[in-house]
Amino acid sequence: MPTYNLNVNKKNHTVEAEEDMPLLWVLRDLLDLVGTKFGCGIGQCGACTIHLDGSASRSCLIPISSVGDAKITTIEGLSEDNSHPVQKAWKEVDVPQCGYCQAGQIMTASAFLEKNPSPTEEEVRAAMHGNICRCSAYNRIEKAVNLAATMES
Amino acid sequence: MTKIQTQYNRRSFLKVSAAAGGGMLIGFSWLTGCISSEAEPKELAIPKEWFEINGYIKIGDTGMVTIYSPNPEIGQNIRTSMPMIVAEELDVNWENVVVEQAPLNTGFYQNQFAGGSLSIRLSWNALRMAGATARRMLLEAAAKEWNLTISDLTVDKGVIKEINGERSIGYGEIASKAVGIEVPKEVELKEIKDFKLISTSVKNVDGKKIVTGKPLFGLDFQREGMQFAMIQHPPAFGMKIKDFNEEEIKSMPGVKDAFIIDTTIEKPGGFDERGFQELIAIVGDSTWQLMKAKKAIKANWEVVSELENSEMHMSRMEKALESGKFKEERKDGDVDSAFKKAAKVIERTYSAPFIAHNTMEPMNFFANVTENSAELIGPTQMPNALEGSVAQLLNMPIENITVNMTRMGGGFGRRLYQHFGLEAAAISKKVGGPIKLVYTREDDMSQGTYRPTYISRYKAGLDENNNLIAFSVKGTGLPESAVFPNRFPAGAVDNYSAGSYAEETNITTGAWRAPRSNFTAGAEQAFLDEVAELAGKDPIDFRLELFDRAINNPVGDKYEYEAERYAGVLKLVKEKSNWGETKPGVHRGVAAYFCHSTYVAEVIDMVMEDNKPKIKNVWCAVDCGILVNPDAAENIIQGGVIDGIGHAMYSQLTFTDGAPNEMNFDRYQLIRHSQAPEKIEVFFVKNEIAPTGLGEPGLPPAIGALANALYGVTGQRYYNQPFTTYKPLIG
Ligand code: FES
Ligand code: FES
Repeated sequence: MPTYNLNVNKKNHTVEAEEDMPLLWVLRDLLDLVGTKFGCGIGQCGACTIHLDGSASRSCLIPISSVGDAKITTIEGLSEDNSHPVQKAWKEVDVPQCGYCQAGQIMTASAFLEKNPSPTEEEVRAAMHGNICRCSAYNRIEKAVNLAATMES
Repeated sequence: MTKIQTQYNRRSFLKVSAAAGGGMLIGFSWLTGCISSEAEPKELAIPKEWFEINGYIKIGDTGMVTIYSPNPEIGQNIRTSMPMIVAEELDVNWENVVVEQAPLNTGFYQNQFAGGSLSIRLSWNALRMAGATARRMLLEAAAKEWNLTISDLTVDKGVIKEINGERSIGYGEIASKAVGIEVPKEVELKEIKDFKLISTSVKNVDGKKIVTGKPLFGLDFQREGMQFAMIQHPPAFGMKIKDFNEEEIKSMPGVKDAFIIDTTIEKPGGFDERGFQELIAIVGDSTWQLMKAKKAIKANWEVVSELENSEMHMSRMEKALESGKFKEERKDGDVDSAFKKAAKVIERTYSAPFIAHNTMEPMNFFANVTENSAELIGPTQMPNALEGSVAQLLNMPIENITVNMTRMGGGFGRRLYQHFGLEAAAISKKVGGPIKLVYTREDDMSQGTYRPTYISRYKAGLDENNNLIAFSVKGTGLPESAVFPNRFPAGAVDNYSAGSYAEETNITTGAWRAPRSNFTAGAEQAFLDEVAELAGKDPIDFRLELFDRAINNPVGDKYEYEAERYAGVLKLVKEKSNWGETKPGVHRGVAAYFCHSTYVAEVIDMVMEDNKPKIKNVWCAVDCGILVNPDAAENIIQGGVIDGIGHAMYSQLTFTDGAPNEMNFDRYQLIRHSQAPEKIEVFFVKNEIAPTGLGEPGLPPAIGALANALYGVTGQRYYNQPFTTYKPLIG
C-alpha cells in the first residue's frame, strides 16, 4: 500500500492507505479524527466538510492520492480552544439538535465567512444550501452564521 | 408543597448505585470521558471522591454534582432537560453540574426509551423525586451533624444553612454522610411557582463537544482491537440470500472474514426485524476497504414473495378505498341520512408515500460478544428491547448483557428498531471479538422500516346555514390506516363516522416521527380548510365554532383531546400572526393539531418568488404544559415544522420490482437550507400542567398549514404528497 504525508490541523502525519481511500475515511479510521462525519458518501449532504487549503471541500469525494501537500483543516483544528467566531456563535445561538451535521455546517460557514466576511442573508442561505440538517435546525444555523459575521468584523 | 411517595426503597437505590457508579460506568472509559462539557465546573476542582446519593445523583467532595440522564438522546435535548428537572429539586447550582448518560438499568430507571414524545412526560415525577429525595437526605445529614432538625435549615444552590445561626455547609462536604441516611418514604416537591431553573433557557450540555468535533456518536465509538463490519441485505423486498462469492470477498485487501448471518429470533416483538433477517456480513480493518468489498459482492438472491412496485401500492389502496371492507371505529348519529339532508356535500381524497427516516448518522452498533457476556454500545432509542432481543438471539440470560447508549445523530423513530444491534451481536459472536457495524447511506435507505404509505377519504355535509352536520373519514394504508377515530372533529359534529382498513405489503414499515399523525394532520386540516371555504367562513372561526360545540355540548363520550386547550392554541396563533391582516402577494394557511398530548397551531405565510412558492414566516402556538427549557423547546418545534414541510413538499420512496428507487440523497430529496421558512416564531401557552412532549407535535400541523398556504399562492388544492410532484385528482 502506498504511503502519504498529510498535513492535518498543522501537524504532519504519515499514513499507509489505498490510493482511492477518501480523505473522510483516512481522517476517521486512520487518524482517529472522528469529528468529520459520514452522511452520504456521494457529496450530497456536506456532513464530511473540511477545509482544503482554506476551501470548504467534501472529504468523502477526495481520494487521498489527490491531496498532495494541500493543508487539511478539520473541525478539531478549526481553533485551539473553540474560540473561532463561528464556534462561539454556534454555542451562543445553541444551534444543534442532534448535532451530527454541525461539524460540516461549521466548516462550510467558516470557509464562507473567510471569503465573504459580511454576507447578506440571501448569500448565507445560498452558501449553506449544500449542507443538509436532517433535524432542520436551519433557522438557527442562519442566525449563528450571521452572528459570527458580526463577531469577525 | 406537594408531597409524593418516593416509591423506591433503599435496596433499589443501592442496586442502581452499584450499576451506575460501579463496574459498568467506571470501567467504561470512553463513555465516562463522554460527560457533558458545557457544564464544566468553572470554579470547582475535580473531586477526589464521589458519593452516590441515588441512581440519578452523585456528589463529589468539592461540591461538583453528576446527574445521570436516563433516556436516549436523539436531538430532543433531554440530556439537558432531564438533569435540569433533577437539579431543580436538588437545589444545586447548574454551573456545578455535569451530566452523564446512564446505562440501561431496567431495575431502577423506568421508561428508558425515546419515543412518542414521552421522555419528559413519563419521567417528570421520577426526576423531581430523585432530586427532592437527595436534597432531603443531604439536609438530614447536616441536621444530624449539627444536632438540629431539618426545619432549622435552608438550602440555596447546594449550600445548607442554619436559619438561626451562622453555620453553613456545602453539599460536597456533607455528601459522604448523606450516603448513610435512610431514603425517606415521602418527600416534598417544590411549588411550581418556586422553580428557579425549570422554565429558564439552559444551553445544550454537549454544545462545546459538538462544535469542536469530539467523539459523541455511536459512529465515533472505538475500542482497542475492534474490527469494522458491514452488511449487505437483499436488493429488494421479497428476496432472500442464497449464496455469494464468499471466497473472492474474503481474499480482498483488508477483509478478514465474510459470511451469512441469521438474526431470526423465536419471539420477535414489535421492534424486531420482519424483512431482512439473513444478511451477508463482511469484517475487516477499515470502513473504506469494506465498502469496496461490498461493491464486489456477487450474490444469488431467491424470490420468496411478490416483488412490489409503486403503481401496485397505489392501486391496492385505491381499490381498498372503494371496497366495503372498512371496519367502523366510531359512529355518532346517523351519518347517511345527514349527508342526504345536507345542502352541500364535499368529498376529497388524500395520500402520502412511503418515506425513510434518514437519520443523519447512519445505523451502526458496537458489539463485543463472548461466550457468556455481550456488551452493546451505540445509538438506540429503545435499549431494553435491544437487550431482550439480543438475549434471545444469543440464548443468553439478560443479566449477562449490557447496553450503553451513545448520543444519536437523529432518531425520528428509526432507532426504536433493533435489527442493527442484533446484526452487530451476531457478527461479533461469529468472529469472537469486538466489532463495530456500520451501514452505508444506501444500506440504511433501502433497509425498510419506512413510514407507511397512506390514503384517506374525507366527506363533509353542510346544512343550508352552513353548519357542519355530517363528517366521515375512512382510511387505509400499507400496512395500516392512519385514521384516529376519536380525535377532532369527533365530538364536534352530530353525525360522524370513522373507519379503517389495513392493506398488506411486504415492504417493512415502522414508527416515523409522529406516526400516522404525520399524514392525518395534513389531510384533515387541508380538508377542513376546504369545508370552511365551502361554508364561506374564515378557517380559524370555522374551527373555533366546532371547538365551542365540543366544549359546550360534546357529541359522544370518547375524545382524545381537550377542546379548550385546542381552541387556546388557535386563538393564540390567531393573535400572534395578526390573522385577518392582508398583505399584497402574501397568502396564509392555518392548521391546528393535537397529538402526543401536546396542542400546536400554526400559520404559514407564503409568496410566489421566481414562480416558486416560498415560505416567509411561520407562527406556532404550543401548549405542552410547563415549559422545561424554553430555548431548546423553540429549537425542536422549529425543527418539526421544517421537517413536516420538507417531507410533504419533496420526499418520497418509490419501488420497482421490490427495490427502492431512491437510495441516497441524490435521488431522495430532503429539504435544504434555502427551502426552509425564513422565520419561525414559537409561542408557548403558560400554565401549570405537568409537561408533555415536543419531539413530534410540531410536525403534523405544518403539513396542513403548508397545503392551505399553497392553495392561496397557486389557486390549486394539494391532495397528494409530495406536493412538488403533485398531479390533480379527478373529482
Ligand atoms: S458524506 Fe460527504 S457529502 Fe455526504
Ligand atoms: S442537528 Fe441533527 S442533522 Fe443537523
